[in-house]
Formats: sequence, structure tokens, C-alpha cells
Amino acid sequence: MKELKEELKNKIIEELNLGHLSVQDISDSDPLFKEGLGLDSIDALELIVMLDKDYGIKLNDPTKARKVFESIENLASYINKNRLR
Amino acid sequence: MQELKKKQNIFHYCKIEKNSVLLNDKLIISEDKSILFSEFSKILYQQIKLNYPKFFKMDDLSKLALITSEYLLTNYFKKTKKPNDISIILSNKSSSLNTDKEFQKTIDNKDNYFPSPSLFVYTLPNISIGEICIRHKFTGGNIFFISENFNSKLINEYASSIIKNRKNSIVLCGWVDFNKDDFKAFMYIASVNYFNKITTNYIDQLFK
Repeated sequence: MKELKEELKNKIIEELNLGHLSVQDISDSDPLFKEGLGLDSIDALELIVMLDKDYGIKLNDPTKARKVFESIENLASYINKNRLR
Repeated sequence: MQELKKKQNIFHYCKIEKNSVLLNDKLIISEDKSILFSEFSKILYQQIKLNYPKFFKMDDLSKLALITSEYLLTNYFKKTKKPNDISIILSNKSSSLNTDKEFQKTIDNKDNYFPSPSLFVYTLPNISIGEICIRHKFTGGNIFFISENFNSKLINEYASSIIKNRKNSIVLCGWVDFNKDDFKAFMYIASVNYFNKITTNYIDQLFK
């Protein structure tokens, strides 16, 4: 899980162009949206694409997405349970 | 000489090209020409102390437009002006081609078809104007022209019409072009003071 969390932090920084942040700036429990990392709706779409492309997970339920994208902790846990690759 | 000084008092421009920034004839920064825009833009971001994380999410065209406008607006736009009193007219040759190509790569392969939302939102050149407006909460009119060459006459006539019809009193005008790693931005502020005193020949000379 620790490795997956690190991987996700790196992916988020690179794919969501958060060039001003480093992995150390993101804690596992930080909220990804709003007051946390400040991600927006376009970032949410980019995360959905990333789940599909890199882990084979199709996230179609918006209510589930809200919980999954709450933090790195939740995202890693969801990927761990549902990943196809 | 005095004539030139007069012009400098009423005409403010910023030009960014070949990894250099020129603000009203003054060289602000000049970096090694071998540096890519990704690196150069970070140097400028730090120089102007932008502190605007959204900048890093923008495509190169928007980054170039935003930085050029920052140099001008920070130094020459009076904060007392109302945000709804400024229009923006920009133009370029390559439209959003750079980002269009990047987006195309995400949909080229049917077996690896993952259209990127964050690239898609920048597949229009006028988004660069939008980014400037969002940053400064500008709500005046705006338009983006695509043309082979910088057309100062067209832009000046358009700006003049906006000001003379009292739609807005300030117009941010210019050119912002990005293709591969070749880029050029030239922006100036048009206001009621400058018409009849600044010719398009003068603007064209500065653009070159």
C-alpha cells in the first residue's frame, strides 16, 4: 500500500500538472479537492481517466467517486481492492 | 528624443520571444536560448512572483499569454479601473495547434483511447484570454483573431471602436503565438490617450 500511495502522489503531481508541489507536500489524509490540494472538476475527470488507463477501473458512480477521491488513503485503498492491472 | 519619450508615456508594451522579455524597450530578462519554454516559463513565474498555482495547469499558449499580461498589468494597469472596463483582443498564427496535437495523441490509438480532459479544455486559443480574465476578474468583451501575420491595423480599429463607442476604456491588445518550442508574445495597452498619437507603423516596428 505504501508503494501504491507514493505512485499515486507522483502520478497526481505529473498528470495534473502540480509542478509547485512535491511528494512530501502531500499527506495520505489530505483532502484532494477544495481546501486540500485544491483540485477542480477537470482534475476529477483526469483522475477517472487515470483509474481506467492505469488500473483498469471504470468509475461510473458519482457518489462513489466522491468518497474514493477524498484522499490518497481512500484512493489507494479503492485501487487495491478493484484493480484489474 | 522628446517625441519618443512622449510615446513611451502613453504606450506600454511587453514582448516575449527568444527567451527574453522586453518591457517598454527595457530588457527585463534574457535567458540562454537553448532553454525550453517549460523551464523559461518557470523562471518568469518566479521573477514576477506570481503565486498562482493554476498557472502550472495551463497549456503553453495560456502560460505565455498570462505572463505577458502580468508584466503589463502589474506595472501599468491602474487598480482603480473597474474589472468590467477592460476588453482583450489577441491574435496569433498557430491557434491552439500545439495543444491540439498533444490532445490528438491521447485519441490516436483505438486500443489506448483515453481523451485527456485537461488537454481538451485548452484546444481553443481564446482560452488564453479566459485565463487572463479569470485571474483579474475581467468581464469586458474579448476576441481572438487567427491570421498569418500580426495585423496591427485590424486590432487597432477594433480597439478604437470599443473605446470610441464607450464600451470599455482600456483594451489589452496583441499577439501570442506558440508552435512547438517557437513562441512570441507582444501585448500593449490601448486607451483613449493613445489614439491619434501612436501609429500602426510604430506598433509594427516594436513587434518586429
